[in-house]
Amino acid sequence: MARKRLITAINEALVEELERDPKLIVFGEDVELAIMGDTRGLVERFGRDRIRNSPICEQTLTGMAVGLASAGYRVVLHLMFNNFIYTGMDAIGNQMAKLRLMTGGQMELPITVVAGYGGGNSNAAQHSDTAYSVLMNLGGIQVAVPTNSADAKGLFKTAIRGATPTFFLEAAGRGGEMGEVPDGEHLVPFGRATVAREGTDVTVVAIGRMLKPTLRAAKALAGDGISAEVIDPRTLVPFDEETVLASVARTGRLVVVDEARDRCSAASQIAAVVADRGFDSLRAPVRRVTVPDVALPYASNAEAALIPGPERIAEAVRSVTEKQFA
Amino acid sequence: MATPRTDVREPAVDDATARTLHERMLLIRRAEERLIVACADGSLPGGVHLYIGEEAVAVGACSVLTDRDYITSTHRGHGHFLAKGGDLDAMFAEIWGKATGICKGMGGSMHVADVSKGILGANGIVGAGFAIATGAAWGAKLEGEGRVATCFFGDGAANQGSFMESMNVSAAWELPTVFLCENNGVSEFTVTSTVTGGVLADRARAFMPVEVVDGNDVLAVRAAVGAAVERARAGGGPSYVEATTYRIRGHLEAEQHMLGGGTYRSADEIAAWQADDRDPVLRSARRLLDAGICDAAELERIDADVRARVEAAVAFAEAGPPADPELAPQLMFGPTA
Repeated sequence: MARKRLITAINEALVEELERDPKLIVFGEDVELAIMGDTRGLVERFGRDRIRNSPICEQTLTGMAVGLASAGYRVVLHLMFNNFIYTGMDAIGNQMAKLRLMTGGQMELPITVVAGYGGGNSNAAQHSDTAYSVLMNLGGIQVAVPTNSADAKGLFKTAIRGATPTFFLEAAGRGGEMGEVPDGEHLVPFGRATVAREGTDVTVVAIGRMLKPTLRAAKALAGDGISAEVIDPRTLVPFDEETVLASVARTGRLVVVDEARDRCSAASQIAAVVADRGFDSLRAPVRRVTVPDVALPYASNAEAALIPGPERIAEAVRSVTEKQFA
Repeated sequence: MATPRTDVREPAVDDATARTLHERMLLIRRAEERLIVACADGSLPGGVHLYIGEEAVAVGACSVLTDRDYITSTHRGHGHFLAKGGDLDAMFAEIWGKATGICKGMGGSMHVADVSKGILGANGIVGAGFAIATGAAWGAKLEGEGRVATCFFGDGAANQGSFMESMNVSAAWELPTVFLCENNGVSEFTVTSTVTGGVLADRARAFMPVEVVDGNDVLAVRAAVGAAVERARAGGGPSYVEATTYRIRGHLEAEQHMLGGGTYRSADEIAAWQADDRDPVLRSARRLLDAGICDAAELERIDADVRARVEAAVAFAEAGPPADPELAPQLMFGPTA
C-alpha cells in the first residue's frame, strides 16, 4: 500500500496499461500537457504515435475512437469535460453504444472515454454537468465513477482491458485527494459496490463526488444516534443491485445522493430498482438528494446552494428515519 | 456540382477485369431489383434504400481495395457491401431479418457489415462514416502495412460538420483516408443544390488532392480511386474523389406513400439518367460488346447466372430461421476484463 493522489493513481493505471499493451492509444483534448494531470508525462514516455493531442472536434473524436477500435486498437479518448459529450453524441449514442449489437457481435469496441464531471469549481453550467444519467440510458455503455485513488486505478485498468465502451468519469477538481493504493497489479471489477461505512438504520447510496459529504453527514447523524450505512456503487452501469438490496433489507430505508439533476437521475433509477425489487423491505419512502432541475450557476454561493451537502443529506436521512410505514 | 473531368484517360484493364467489374455491377443491380419486388410484396420487415444507378462507384472503387482495407458505407450500403466482397446470401438473410443474416438479423438493410472483409458497416446516420473511416485510417497508418480506409458518403452527408472535421484530421495527420463522395444530387427528399453553398469539391480542395469523375463510368472511378489509394498506401495522405452519379430509385422504397403526392424531381430527369449512354450497367455492357470482350449471347449468359445467384440468395434468406430475440441483450455488452 502507498498513499497516492487520485490523479497519480489514474496516471499509473495508464502507464501500466500502455506498457502492457502496445496497441493501446491515448488521444483527445490536450492529453500531452494534461490540464487535469491524468495523462501528464505519457507523451514523453510513449511517443506521439500513442499519446496525441487532437483537434477540438468532439463529433469526429468520438467517431474516430470507433474507427480506431475497429482497426484493432484499444482506445482511451480524453474529452476533458463531460459536457463535451453532447457535441460528440452521435458516435456515443448511435455508434459505440450500438454497433456491437447491430453487427451481430462482429464489432468489439474497447474504448474508454475519460472526462471530468460535476460542479463545485465555479466552472459554470457548460463545464459542470453530471452527465452520467444521459449515458446510462444509451444501452451498451458502461459508466464508472471512482471515489478514491485505489478504485480510480483499478476501475480504469478494468475499463481499458474490457471490450465494451466505457465512460470513466473523474470528479473535476478532486485529483489531489490522497488515498491508499495497493501495490502491484490492481484491478477492480465493474458492478461491485463497496460499503464505505456500515450502519443499521438507513442505507445511503452516495454516487461519486457525493460520497464525501455523505460520510460527513453520516458522522454527524451518528452523534444523534442514527446509524447510516453508506454504499459507494463505484460503477453505475453495470450497477450492483444486490449489495444495495441486501443493505435495504437490513435497514428498511433508502436515501440516494446524486449530483445529477433530479429528473431521470441515477438516483431515480436506483430508487426505482429498490421500489421494484425491495418494496417489502421498505419501512419509509425512498428519498433522493439531487441537484434541482436547473443548470449550475457560476457564483460559488449560488452553485453551492444547489449541490447536495452534508446538511441536506442529513436532513433527508432524518426525514426517513423519523417516518415509518404502518 | 463540379463538372467531371473528361480529359483523364482511362487506363486499360484486361478483359477478365472488365468482365468481373461488369458482373459485380450486374449482381448489385439484379439483387436490388429483386428487393424492389420483395419490398412491394411485403416480404421484408423493414425498409430498403436502393443503390440502383450508382453501381459503378462502389464497384470501381472496391476493385482497387483488398479485404484488408477498410470501408465505411452509408444507409444506401448494399452496393458497397457486395462490391467489397460481402456475401449475397448473408446480406439477403439480414434484410429478411433472419438469424443467418450477416448481423444475425440485428442490423438489417441499413447496417450490413462484414468486419472480416473490412466492411465497417453501412450506417443509418448520414455522415457517421467520416470519423469512423478517419479513425480506421489512423489505425492503418499506425500499423504501417499500407492499408487504407475509404469513406463512401453522399452529397447530403457533405453538409455535416464532421466532413470538415474528418478531412482536417486526415490531412493534419496524413492519414490514408479516401473520401469518396457519391454525388447523386439529392439529400434524401431534398435537391442538394437548394441546401448547399459553394462547390463540394472546393471544400476538400482546402485539405487534399481532389478528383471529380464520371461516377457512372466504372473504369473512370477505378482509375481515380486507384490513384488515391496508391497515394494513401505510399504515405501520401488523404484524397477526395467525387463521383457524379444519380439515384434512380427513391430515397427509400415505397416513399411515394410517405410524400403525400409530392415530388422533388421529374420523371424526365430520372429517365434521362437511365438512358443507354448514362446507365452504368448498360454502358459497361456496351463497352464489353464494342471491345469484343463479350458477345450478346455471353452477356445474356452472365445475366442469367446473376439472376440465378440472386434467386438462390432469396431462397437462402427465406429458408433461414428467424432472428433470436434472446440475442439482443446478450450482444449489448462485450466481455469484461
